[in-house]
Amino acid sequence: MTTTPPVLQGPTAKEKKYDRQLRLWAASGQAALEDAHLLLINSGPGVIGVEALKNLVLPGMGHFTILDSAVVEEKDLGVNFFLDEQSLGKSRAQETCKSLQELNPDVQVDFNSQTASKFLSKPDALQPFSIILVASPLESKLLSQLSEHCDSSGVPLFYMHSVGFYVHFSIQLPHAFPIVDTHPDPVTTTDLRLLKPWPYLIEYAQNKTKGLDAMDHHDHGHVPYLLLLLHYLGDWQKSHDGKSPANYQEKNEFKKLVNSAMRRNNPEGGEENYEQAVAAVLKNLNEPTPNSSVKGVFQAEECANLSAQSANFWVIAHAISTFYTKNGVLPLPGAVPDMKARSSDYIELQNVYKSKARQDIAEVFKEVQSLEIKLGRTKQIESSEVEAFCKNAAHIKLIRGSPLHISAASTTLDWSDKASSAAMLLTDETSHFLLYVAFLAYDKLYDEKQIAPGIEAIKEDATIMTKYANSIIGDLLSQAGKKSSEDVEKAKTRVGKLCAELARAGGGELHNISSLGGGLIAQEVIKVVTKQYVPVDNICLFDGINSTSSVLRL
Amino acid sequence: MAVGAVSNGIESDVNRWQYLNRFLTTPGPFTDDEATLGDEIIQRISSMKILVIGAGGLGCELLKNLALSGFKDIHVIDMDTIDVSNLNRQFLFRQADVGRHKAEVAAEFVEKRVKGVKITPYCGKIQDKDEDYYMQFGLVICGLDSVEARRWINAMLVGMVDGDNPDSLKPLIDGGTEGFKGQSKVILPTMTSCIECQLDMHAPREAVPLCTLATIPRQPQHCIEWAHIIAWEEERKDITLDTDDPEHITWLFQKALARAQEFNIQGVTYSMTQGVVKNIIPAIASTNAIIAASSCNEALKLASSTNPGLGMPGSNNYMMYSGDEGIYTYTFEHLKKDDCPVCGNLAKKIEVNSNITLRELIENLAERPEARQLKKPTIRTEAKSLYYQAPPSLEEQTRPNLDKKLTDLVSDGEEIAVSDPAYHQIQFRFKLLFRS
Ligand SMILES: [Zn+2]
Repeated sequence: MTTTPPVLQGPTAKEKKYDRQLRLWAASGQAALEDAHLLLINSGPGVIGVEALKNLVLPGMGHFTILDSAVVEEKDLGVNFFLDEQSLGKSRAQETCKSLQELNPDVQVDFNSQTASKFLSKPDALQPFSIILVASPLESKLLSQLSEHCDSSGVPLFYMHSVGFYVHFSIQLPHAFPIVDTHPDPVTTTDLRLLKPWPYLIEYAQNKTKGLDAMDHHDHGHVPYLLLLLHYLGDWQKSHDGKSPANYQEKNEFKKLVNSAMRRNNPEGGEENYEQAVAAVLKNLNEPTPNSSVKGVFQAEECANLSAQSANFWVIAHAISTFYTKNGVLPLPGAVPDMKARSSDYIELQNVYKSKARQDIAEVFKEVQSLEIKLGRTKQIESSEVEAFCKNAAHIKLIRGSPLHISAASTTLDWSDKASSAAMLLTDETSHFLLYVAFLAYDKLYDEKQIAPGIEAIKEDATIMTKYANSIIGDLLSQAGKKSSEDVEKAKTRVGKLCAELARAGGGELHNISSLGGGLIAQEVIKVVTKQYVPVDNICLFDGINSTSSVLRL
Repeated sequence: MAVGAVSNGIESDVNRWQYLNRFLTTPGPFTDDEATLGDEIIQRISSMKILVIGAGGLGCELLKNLALSGFKDIHVIDMDTIDVSNLNRQFLFRQADVGRHKAEVAAEFVEKRVKGVKITPYCGKIQDKDEDYYMQFGLVICGLDSVEARRWINAMLVGMVDGDNPDSLKPLIDGGTEGFKGQSKVILPTMTSCIECQLDMHAPREAVPLCTLATIPRQPQHCIEWAHIIAWEEERKDITLDTDDPEHITWLFQKALARAQEFNIQGVTYSMTQGVVKNIIPAIASTNAIIAASSCNEALKLASSTNPGLGMPGSNNYMMYSGDEGIYTYTFEHLKKDDCPVCGNLAKKIEVNSNITLRELIENLAERPEARQLKKPTIRTEAKSLYYQAPPSLEEQTRPNLDKKLTDLVSDGEEIAVSDPAYHQIQFRFKLLFRS
């Protein structure tokens, strides 16, 4: 007889279509994607960039422009899925644009068939774009121009290679790229303040565990483990000069103490809440000290020296740093994991945490407001932004973007302050650093001849690239103030093989590897645009022979 | 004239596939010395029959990648039809295709785009097909979201291996994704670690105890599970729950919401209800692209020897991928297990209390990860039948054993074999060690 009432909060058509991704980056991430306008500067076989675009058109990134002066040839059809027989002889930019548009009517895909150098000669050519992808090869002069534009305008720039079985890409992020919503793993990052409980939590726990021993089995088995831990910590402190278990050994002893208090004479022969308490000791009994990344944010110049123009992130970070100086802890995140408990007890406990978190947020928000007045800021920061920041304060990240390494025909690479860490990688076989060096040599040879290595002569080009790679290694060693060693000499031989494998491709892409690289790049673009999760900082290499990858920070 | 047309065709083919063919004809510094590259390899790949299982997020990518990697005789199996929530990543489908069979639409699309490739769809279950069917392929690639289907095809391929016939060994390449994470791996049935050996790599989601759902819910998910498992059964027993029916989801959502309000629990939403009830795993195009391409890359290397790949005994066979913090891969050798019920030859040792009944043993077994899906097990020892599900006469005959103690049925250290209609080829062998 009963009929279901109409759906009140049912999903919209858009929510239905994007359901599987909204569960990852939510409506806020989706809105950021839809606002973005991406420029792809395509060249070579041009597949990796198009594959990346496919993975961005599908989730509904707002606007794309493909710049590509190539005309579709027969060889494109063997490697690019978004072209077919009908495309032969037509503009590659226009034809790929057409196929990509079919994937998602919600997005706007534009094309431009000019050459990169013609396009970039127009003064405001890059002005509309919020993110730029460049597929190698590109003349070093143009790449430098792009890098400078992105550096001064704060636009993220991706530079990518797909050559045979190898992929490389570098990301040039703005000088300060802060991320609040890093999506840390909730299991390993729960912060319950067991070692730094606030006064009300202590009082609450004492109240709730009063007469623990006298409780009947049912009550005893339903005391939330969090309160049990606080209770036994009180016991422990009494016999340890008021101190909490600090090291691994003490924590293990404390674990035994909790375990020994579990009732085993009940019908179940044990208690789940005590088991949870025991299991939580090593995981949750930690000082809530800010990690180096959070400290880095507090110590950043932008955090210390606010101005009326400072980004919201820095104003809030400053307020939280003040909060930390005053209270010795970061604002409480307020989330409580699920645990064995009666419903009402759990909800009550949850509310104890939630209301403390709200109190902390209010304190930070007040500080933010007084900063705004002091700085004479006109646009006020919303409390929801402060709240989101406070909840994830322990996991914020700041990435310091640095310019791309541009390997040109006639210049020597400047490794600047990264020289010694790069030199260390020369002998670290798992790092793929030598593959990066091989790609730098590849670009150098391209810049010299303006034709992809290996097209005309595989062996000869491999030899020249190896020579270039070795001189890159030599320059790096001298910038790092290091001498060559036996291991470095071995590295020089290994890099020769990598150069030979790159030359084997003759500037060609394998569809498959470009598809993989396009997946990696699209994923990073999504992270950069949504400012969620943590993007690669700053170089990524994928080796399709060994199916391994590395991220280098250079 | 005819000759001219053919030679034109060949010429355009040579032009078209020049990037790929360079790798199939020119050895590189890492190519195995034994490998003979050249026209023969190109021929071998284009004539190899390859089977893709699943035409969803991974399947669409796999079909595209294989077609552009020189494979020309591709088969694809999928029983599903296209849903609107597939369109954010399954790029061979359009709004107008919603409701049609995935395998068919995907095959049509790729055939149309890539000239000269033949894709044969089968819209149905992998279980519909028998050994003769699977024997025709040179390689099998899975892009599935179901552990059950993976285990089934794995057991089938392991079972097909005949030591006297090298062609009976079908390499299995398997990929899977969840959000920004995924994995791809290469299996040489009977020679290297199989899907069953690797089950512990996929930790199951912890189930919430029924009593929590019934009496002490604390989380919005508990309220939804309650509506799903308990309330529906109580109030709408006669209607089969269809998780794709918005009316059904709405009903569960309203029930869960009311229960949450009763217990002061916040956070029940329609979207969460859908997620819990349908066990939705987040899925995006980029991760699918990465994992499918990695799987196809291994297929290409395996079929061509252009470069060494994963999967040879004694070398890496498994790549784990994670993209939520930077990019991280871990490539390693997952070792074959001697006591694997599918590819091992030893029974798995388990300790049991000899005073429990056979019925209790069956219940305990169902909680073990490898036997998780056993719903109707049949149990026997070398010498006797302990309990048979079917035929009815045998069931009746063995039923009294269910309430007998283990001590009365088997001896300490004796082996039992457990089978289940859901996994007809797998026999789980356990060596029962009595706990003293
Ligand atoms: Zn196995």
